[in-house]
Amino acid sequence: MSGEYTVSREDWSLHRKGEIDRERHREKVREAIKKNLADVVSEESIILSDGRKIVKVPIRSLDEYHFRFDTGKRKHSGQGQGDTKEGDVLGSEQKKSAAPGIGKGAGEEPGVDYYEAEITIDELAQLIFEDLGLPNLQPKKKLELASEAFEFKDIRKKGISSNIDRKRTILEAFKRNARQGQPGFGKISREDLRYKTWDITYKFESNAVILAMMDTSGSMGPYEKYIARSFFFWMTRFLRTKYQNVQIVFLAHHVEAKETTEEEFFTKGASGGTRCSSVYQLALETIAKRYNPQDNNIYAFHFSDGDNLTSDNEKCLKLVNELLQVCNLVGYGEIEGPYYFTSTLRAVYKKIVDPKFTSVGIKSKSDVYPALKTFFNPHPENAVK
Amino acid sequence: MHPQEEMRILEKSIEDITAIAQKFNLDFYNMYFEICPADIIYSFGSYGMPTRFSHWTFGKAYHKMKTQYDYNLSRIYEMVINTDPCYAFLLEGNSLVQNKMVIAHVLAHCDFFKNNYYFGRTSRKMVESMSLAADRIRGYEFKYGRDMVESFLDAVIALQENIDTERHINLGGEQDKKDKTKEQTYLRRNCSGGKCRQSKEETLYDDLWDLEKPERDCTCAEAEDEKKKFPKQPDKDLLLFMMNYARDLDDWQRDIISILREEMLYFWPQMQTKIMNEGWATYWHMRIMREMDLTEDEAVEFAKTHAGVVQTSKFQLNPYYLGLKIFENIEKRWDHPTVEEMKRYERPGCQGKQKIFEVRETENDLSFIRNYLTRELIEENDLYLYKKVGYDWKVTDKDWEKVRDGLVANLYNCGLPHIVVEEGDFVKQGELYLRHVHEGEDLDIYYLERTLPHVHRIWGRKVHLETVVDGKKTLFTYNGDKVYKKII
Repeated sequence: MSGEYTVSREDWSLHRKGEIDRERHREKVREAIKKNLADVVSEESIILSDGRKIVKVPIRSLDEYHFRFDTGKRKHSGQGQGDTKEGDVLGSEQKKSAAPGIGKGAGEEPGVDYYEAEITIDELAQLIFEDLGLPNLQPKKKLELASEAFEFKDIRKKGISSNIDRKRTILEAFKRNARQGQPGFGKISREDLRYKTWDITYKFESNAVILAMMDTSGSMGPYEKYIARSFFFWMTRFLRTKYQNVQIVFLAHHVEAKETTEEEFFTKGASGGTRCSSVYQLALETIAKRYNPQDNNIYAFHFSDGDNLTSDNEKCLKLVNELLQVCNLVGYGEIEGPYYFTSTLRAVYKKIVDPKFTSVGIKSKSDVYPALKTFFNPHPENAVK
Repeated sequence: MHPQEEMRILEKSIEDITAIAQKFNLDFYNMYFEICPADIIYSFGSYGMPTRFSHWTFGKAYHKMKTQYDYNLSRIYEMVINTDPCYAFLLEGNSLVQNKMVIAHVLAHCDFFKNNYYFGRTSRKMVESMSLAADRIRGYEFKYGRDMVESFLDAVIALQENIDTERHINLGGEQDKKDKTKEQTYLRRNCSGGKCRQSKEETLYDDLWDLEKPERDCTCAEAEDEKKKFPKQPDKDLLLFMMNYARDLDDWQRDIISILREEMLYFWPQMQTKIMNEGWATYWHMRIMREMDLTEDEAVEFAKTHAGVVQTSKFQLNPYYLGLKIFENIEKRWDHPTVEEMKRYERPGCQGKQKIFEVRETENDLSFIRNYLTRELIEENDLYLYKKVGYDWKVTDKDWEKVRDGLVANLYNCGLPHIVVEEGDFVKQGELYLRHVHEGEDLDIYYLERTLPHVHRIWGRKVHLETVVDGKKTLFTYNGDKVYKKII
């Protein structure tokens, strides 16, 4: 009988296969997310993430498909503590809330094995914002909104060792050796060291003000609000990551309009009828009072379900035209709910010809991303109409 | 402790454990132990083998396992490979007692690999074969591009479980030969303008072909043969069938299919004997550890680690626990048979050890459960079947026979659906017709519709799959663009 053995302990530090394939998988996750941005953008777990840094995004394209049985129809086996009876409930799948398009719930139960990629919101934001920018941005007089930037553009002999400029240091070593009559690469001495050093520069961005307007009337149900919320969620994130000093003003309205804090804007519900002109009026007043169009790039976005008081429509049209005089862009997003309205605001706005006016209709959650892309197209003249 | 000192103590333990294991008549290959850091063990775990080829699905598994380890949710103590000599990898952070337990456990696994019938046909040189295969695949990536090779691997991996491990019994090589002749006729008909057309007229002008044809080229037997199906009998080995008969594959693609098929043939017995193999190893690590001189602290630590291994769960059976209980039960029943057992089965008693060694040699999980999971065991251990009813997971069966039969049913074909190639030249268009041998359980349609394109990727032509959905015979067809569903 055999029974010989060897024990060893090798250096495994060069075994990188797992890490390499892990990276490839991560790459595929990113690709998949990118392809699915439309669905991911309005994913509840992200919009309602409440500041969590990491979110889970279900990616079904990375499931490993094969022929298998339907786990939902199948009988499975388990083991109890000794007193299990027929009919006992072992666990329940959480009933997911109203938002459509969400698959099976999660848990330790069988069958729930689709892949959920973990991704930081920042990483996701980067993917989403890649092609977005502020359209029609104009240089304005007042340069109050300066953003700081660090640029490495100087080389010195003294510095922090983490900033050693390797190429230049080696070059100096070569030169010194050559000078001393020993061409070639030898020891690096202290005098060869070169450090990169930065300068602080001020980048003057044009000032931007965003007027976020939302209809909070009774006809805006949880679904419509959610859509508007998803849009504004990404809009504020986008603006704050890409532009250092953007000011955002939140205006909510039903029959009357008022300025709210960001938190109230997203959480507070209201009821009653709709008079959109009220919010445009407030927007115009705010601009007149606080943001001189001479000094600011002003962007106004309004979300509504379009169910406006019919008698108010003409006034809205007039006010939007006034807004267009002072704004770089006026965007109107109409969330098409389950009800069909014959005369919606969007139909009225069809008369507006100004290229600075953009309107989109949003039918489902997956339309939020295209809406973002339409509104924040840095080169609107290239847009495919 | 100094690493060398540590190593010396470990070597001493291995010597002791090996001696005890041999005293118990365990029969294993020479052992090669290697102490590895966690990420290496986890990468081996996710690939199934240290030298396997590279693919993102392994990266995904690795990521998952590594994360669980990092968050302290799970821990692999060892990984053992069915080879001769047998490789066993021990986790670097194991304590000495944990290592002792793991070594005992591993020796029993090795005994199982060496002696269980189902492992009889596995290659014991798989480390080398897989390493060579990985090199070839790497070479294909250089030659044909990573994306090309990756997407082909994706397709083959989707079908890797569709092989026939009992082919040597079912067909005995006969089938292959017949298929080869058939294949030639099939290729000839399609390639050279159909010499056999006279057997069936398809268009008005078919007789034109006959002008070229020398007199009586086709014998009646051949013509008769052609009406018959290809393959002759339904073939469960989808991979082999496609490797042989898919027409537009390049050699490197056929090679990849063959590599994955060989690897699955190697892994299959492990899938087939999970409960037995783990039960056997757990049974022996307990017996061996009892023979060791452990300090009080060590005994407690061992007890804790062992308890973690045999922990039960309400959603799935723990193979370590279940296998252990069954082996112990067999030993008990053959050591101390009841009066009835003595009379009816002429069981003399005191044959427990002999019997469990026989069982480890001849059974697989399915027959193990079928033959040895008794009423007593099922009731004592509170085993049950459960199912999804509405949103709830509800216990449906407690009756011992139903539970046992339910378990057996789930173990058939390693819990995977039985799918066969019914027709390799469907409607004489070279289409592939697969049939799911429905035995009461429906397929996952969402998965099915996404797996068919992979079949198409390999076969190169329209593919069909016949199955039963909610009692209705249904045909799914993928034409390269969309999946169609039709009730037949």
